[in-house]
Amino acid sequence: MTVHPMLRALKRHKAGVALIVLQVALTLAIVCNAVFLIAQRIERLQRPTGVAEDGLVRISQTWLDAPDADTPAGVEKLDAMQRADLEALRRLPGVIDVAASDSMPLQGAVWSGDLRLTATQKAASGQAALYYGDDHLLRVFGLQLVAGRNFAPTEIGHQTIRGTGFPSVCIVSRAVAERLFPEGSALGRTIFLNLHPVTIVGIVARLQTPTLAEWGRDWAYDSIVLPVRLDGATASYALRVQPGQEQAVIHAARAVLFALDPLREMPETWGTQTMREIRFKAYRGDRGTVVVLGIVCLILLVVTAAGIVGLTSFWVGQRHRQIGIRRALGARQVDILRYFQGENLAMAAGGVLLGSVLAVALNLWLMTHGAIPRLPSIYLLAGAGALLAIGQVAAYVPARRASRVPPVVATRSA
Amino acid sequence: MRHFPYYLQLAWRSLWRSPGLTMLMVVTIGFGVGACMTTWSVFQAASGDPIPDKSARLFVPQMDIWRSAARSADGEPLDALTYTDAVALMRDHRAVRQSAVYPIAPSVFPDRAGQHPATVGGYAVSGEFFPMVDMPFLYGQGWNAADDAAAAPVVVLGRALNDKVFGGVNSVGRSLDIGGRDYRVVGVVDDWNPQPAFYDVFDTGGYTHEGPALFMPFTRAIAANLANGRTACDLEPSAPGFPGLQQSDCAWITYLAELDTPAQVQAYRVYLDAYAAAQRRAGRFLGPPNNRLRDLPAFLDAERVVPGDTRVSFLVALGLLLVCLINTVGLLLAKFLRRSGEIGVRRALGAARSAIYAQFIIESAMVGLAGGAFGLLLTGLGVLGIGAVLQPRLAALARLDGRLLLATLAVAVLCTVLAGLYPSFRAARVQPAWQLKSD
Repeated sequence: MTVHPMLRALKRHKAGVALIVLQVALTLAIVCNAVFLIAQRIERLQRPTGVAEDGLVRISQTWLDAPDADTPAGVEKLDAMQRADLEALRRLPGVIDVAASDSMPLQGAVWSGDLRLTATQKAASGQAALYYGDDHLLRVFGLQLVAGRNFAPTEIGHQTIRGTGFPSVCIVSRAVAERLFPEGSALGRTIFLNLHPVTIVGIVARLQTPTLAEWGRDWAYDSIVLPVRLDGATASYALRVQPGQEQAVIHAARAVLFALDPLREMPETWGTQTMREIRFKAYRGDRGTVVVLGIVCLILLVVTAAGIVGLTSFWVGQRHRQIGIRRALGARQVDILRYFQGENLAMAAGGVLLGSVLAVALNLWLMTHGAIPRLPSIYLLAGAGALLAIGQVAAYVPARRASRVPPVVATRSA
Repeated sequence: MRHFPYYLQLAWRSLWRSPGLTMLMVVTIGFGVGACMTTWSVFQAASGDPIPDKSARLFVPQMDIWRSAARSADGEPLDALTYTDAVALMRDHRAVRQSAVYPIAPSVFPDRAGQHPATVGGYAVSGEFFPMVDMPFLYGQGWNAADDAAAAPVVVLGRALNDKVFGGVNSVGRSLDIGGRDYRVVGVVDDWNPQPAFYDVFDTGGYTHEGPALFMPFTRAIAANLANGRTACDLEPSAPGFPGLQQSDCAWITYLAELDTPAQVQAYRVYLDAYAAAQRRAGRFLGPPNNRLRDLPAFLDAERVVPGDTRVSFLVALGLLLVCLINTVGLLLAKFLRRSGEIGVRRALGAARSAIYAQFIIESAMVGLAGGAFGLLLTGLGVLGIGAVLQPRLAALARLDGRLLLATLAVAVLCTVLAGLYPSFRAARVQPAWQLKSD
């Protein structure tokens, strides 16, 4: 088969060819970038938090009759209320351990602090999310201690978030340790957290911050655990429960807490949730983007394939007689098949070339808008391959019909 | 168009002659339009102007108290003020209307038997807030400047809270126990939940599920020690508690100012710069003034309130629509040129080019109408289904209303007619003699 007559034929259908080339090009440009975006999102929502998520429950509640947190007596009263809650929760069947815990990974609300190596350092070396909790927190979260030790019960203090005291020890995530001490000597060092000196007594392998927001992206795993029961009208607890017992424990916990003090607000939406629910809610937007883009990409590919089938069918119909003549002159069925497949390959190749340029342009534009990083060429190659394959499959249906045109057609007048 | 019914009939018959091709076009357009309108409804709702009549006259002053230019890459000052600065701006009262705004979550203890106390989300504002944002009052009105000055225990209820606590009656003059103290109801406002929540982007991030349940004077909320929501600090407050926060350089108050003329805007800019310079001399602000005074649309844009994903999804869907249209052009071209013989006969029998043209445009429009109907179905499913995949707060914004449905149909027909222009032009150019000879 020679290419020359095929190209000559294509020249006679400029409009149709242009349409297919354009369609393939746009599809490639959009699908490449969309699939890259989808891959990024999937990678993001599969990131580990560092906590053992199965069997972890968060309880958060607000006392409606809370004493004034700005008086020392009020703070003591709030702490007593919190300790009473913790005790009651610890006695529930199915509960392995309970910790005072103001926050959890992916949960949203975050306290953060500036990190400095010296008290006089001007610009901060970074920032980290602050997890306030007691000596049970590491065990309840299921964090992996890679160096140092857990807090001792005597180190646990209590204060309001706007209290003036500050703990003297902390446990940091490995990300913080490596950011501040790249040479690897973080344990036992004193750092300045919001200008307060604190000594690192332990390092955990991984602990994601509670926020997924854009502004927290650069320090997504920079977390610091402080030995403080946070006092306030709102108090939150983390529960480690027997696997599979989450709902039973939540049910029992609601009953026992309301029995202890009915004047509290603890709605089922944010008051009592499993870590699984917290993860589900946190990544809702990312998952939605994946689903929407996935559906649109699928439709895009199907539409492009359908368009190729439609136009190729039309050309086959239009050239019915010529095909008959070629067959009569000795062309085999496979020659006709190859002719149409080749024609499609030429058009799809043109589309892929144009599409690659468009894909890179679209990627650059999206990059300036901060939506995605640079498109790895593997996506472009895979996309190009996929579109060429789709073109061949789509052209096969009408091409086979063309190959079955009997030579006798040549002798009939149209 | 005297032949209009005839063309309709021709088009109808022609569409049924090749049902496969017709179906393909209808489905293609349906998918393209459906995906586009679904994502558009979300994007449009998320990026809409929350207060179109007034947004150009409402401004958000921002001041760079910590010299965040040295801290953040874009050099943007914070989107909230410290207590000291908010109170100073209120006291100077340089705008036509102004209000410091911060969210409060007090406990409400209803009088009615059988109702449990609950914390409700509300806002501490000044009396000028209500006319400034064109608040729709059901009963009564906002409080006055004297109430602001006296930190009076007055409250404006949202419709939902008034329904719950007072059974929806005119409750103006009644009293309500908020945080253990009686407040006098001075007004009840209708459901008010503009999106994006322009009055407090700092706390809400832009979108709220429900509107504020109540409003009380800023001065009253401070006096009642009702603490705020989000706080942004460079250095921790040196004194404890909410009073300590008020003395600190932490930012937690949103500020809105109404400026009606360009001259007023310019004067306010000058005022802000002078204020920042004076604060610097007093040793509070670092560096030269780095202020912003943007109107609402510019402010919401600078804050990147609209989630980037809704924009990207919409753009991708728009790309899909474009590909669907190119596809439709191709299919219409095939469909029309296949009938070159028929066109030749009609032309030979005296039909004008314009007649051929009209006939095929009408045929395109019919395809578009059918595609639009299918797209309507898909848009309906899409908008209902988007709640399953998007954040509920955003998905709730996308509504299936008459305007969206009408727009879907219009877009489908318009796009298909546009797609049909070139194929119709080609069809109308068919040479009658040539066709008659060759057939």
